[in-house]
Amino acid sequence: MDANVIFILWKRQLKRYLRSKSRMIGSIAQPLLFLLALGFGFSSVFQQAGQGNYFQFLTPGIISMAILFTAIFTGIEIIWDRQFGFLKETLVAPVSRLEIMIGRTLGGATVASLQGIIVMIIALLVGFVPQSLIMIPVAFAFMFLVALLFAAIGTAIASRLEDMQGFQLIMNFIVMPLFFLSGALFPLAGLPQAVDIISKADLLSYGVDGIRSALTGISYFGFAVDFAVLGVFTTVCLGIGSYLFSKMQI
Amino acid sequence: MEEKFIIQVENLTKKFKDFTAVNDISFKVKTGEIFAFLGPNGAGKTTTIKMLTTLLNPTSGNIQINGFNSVVKQDDVRRSFGIVFQDPSLDDELTAYENMEYHSVLYKIPKDTRKKRIEEMLKFVELWDRKNELVKNFSGGMKRRLEIARGLLHHPKIFFLDEPTLGLDPQTRNHIWEYIQKLNKEEGTTIFFTTHYMEEADKVSNIIAIIDGGKIITQGTAKELKAMTKTASLEDAFISLTGKQIREEEVSGADRMRMRRRMFNR
Repeated sequence: MDANVIFILWKRQLKRYLRSKSRMIGSIAQPLLFLLALGFGFSSVFQQAGQGNYFQFLTPGIISMAILFTAIFTGIEIIWDRQFGFLKETLVAPVSRLEIMIGRTLGGATVASLQGIIVMIIALLVGFVPQSLIMIPVAFAFMFLVALLFAAIGTAIASRLEDMQGFQLIMNFIVMPLFFLSGALFPLAGLPQAVDIISKADLLSYGVDGIRSALTGISYFGFAVDFAVLGVFTTVCLGIGSYLFSKMQI
Repeated sequence: MEEKFIIQVENLTKKFKDFTAVNDISFKVKTGEIFAFLGPNGAGKTTTIKMLTTLLNPTSGNIQINGFNSVVKQDDVRRSFGIVFQDPSLDDELTAYENMEYHSVLYKIPKDTRKKRIEEMLKFVELWDRKNELVKNFSGGMKRRLEIARGLLHHPKIFFLDEPTLGLDPQTRNHIWEYIQKLNKEEGTTIFFTTHYMEEADKVSNIIAIIDGGKIITQGTAKELKAMTKTASLEDAFISLTGKQIREEEVSGADRMRMRRRMFNR
């Protein structure tokens, strides 16, 4: 393992992100719309149902959404990169695929976490109140874990796709269901059994729950379960991602 | 010990499902030679280069690059060559200097010599003044020059160029061949290139191999090929050897993306 190689791959992802303003604005606009429209729109219904402040409830969900979308996307970017761009140049260099995968995934996860942090800051400005400041680092840890998990899943998917045609399919059949069934928008308690099962199988549920309990104290699975599930599956997905990436043909 | 033949290919075959892209080819490239690898679209040129540069594993056959087996000694092979791909492979969002720096880290060029070497190579292709500009603002010719500089950073013994002058104006093409010939003369770097411009191959190369339908159909100097086919130009010789028929290539995902990229970027 060469730390310099991993570092420069990570740095590249970060530089690209910080330099492309349109991408940054675009990927903040969507979560912001969700946050404001849903957050204020449903607040009185939520309140009347005795569930408390919806804006407080929703914010961690939207943070997760921003992270999910960005992380998956940084993984998928490999498709583009491998036809044109740097990936080919990287693959003929005397470095191992594992180093490339690690550097890229860390970079993508960092970018996705930053995206989540930006959404959190915006939410704070609009009126979100975290339960305690001490728990914010815990929320960051969960955010990074979620980012890492989905960056690895994105890489795994991208390693099996030939071109961007499949991208829309992934958005509609993987990313959207992951988001909508994760408890980002509604409480997971008291759901019909079928939805309940699906939500529990949705890995993002544990991320949303972890971030939500750290920021607001509202918890469904509990910290220990959230952390264990995310930890195990992030490790597994990094393994699968690395394997598929190492088998990828140009 | 200097190898006499820096590239040795024996019975190389590559099959994709039931399609044979490269069919049992053998050839050798002498150290210090400029070797032109010509063929119509879909003949197997790029697939061969991908195998020579460790991007693809052969279905069967044996490749020795700089004395190293291309499958077993991958990293030694990778350190031995530099490459300019058919498609641009720079990072547009980084500056020229950052692209160079990235490459030097991957090739583990020590930090103290890195700066000097990057400066030297950027000056070689006359891009030193623009080192801090983002690559996306570069013209096609400047990008190609930068790729050449980058490919040479780690002092490769072999330099692969896959259609390096595609889509460039005659001035830039001339310029690029000047760099490459200079490099070949002064450093003794072996050059292995493909092109569709026959006059380039005629002018620059010491030896030409023509591949068609996954087979090498002939190999020799430009003069020999012309004499063999009783033609006046290499272009006529090429057509006489490979036929007049236009090759239909199956459109792959990569080609679709390439078309889209051209539409948006140029």
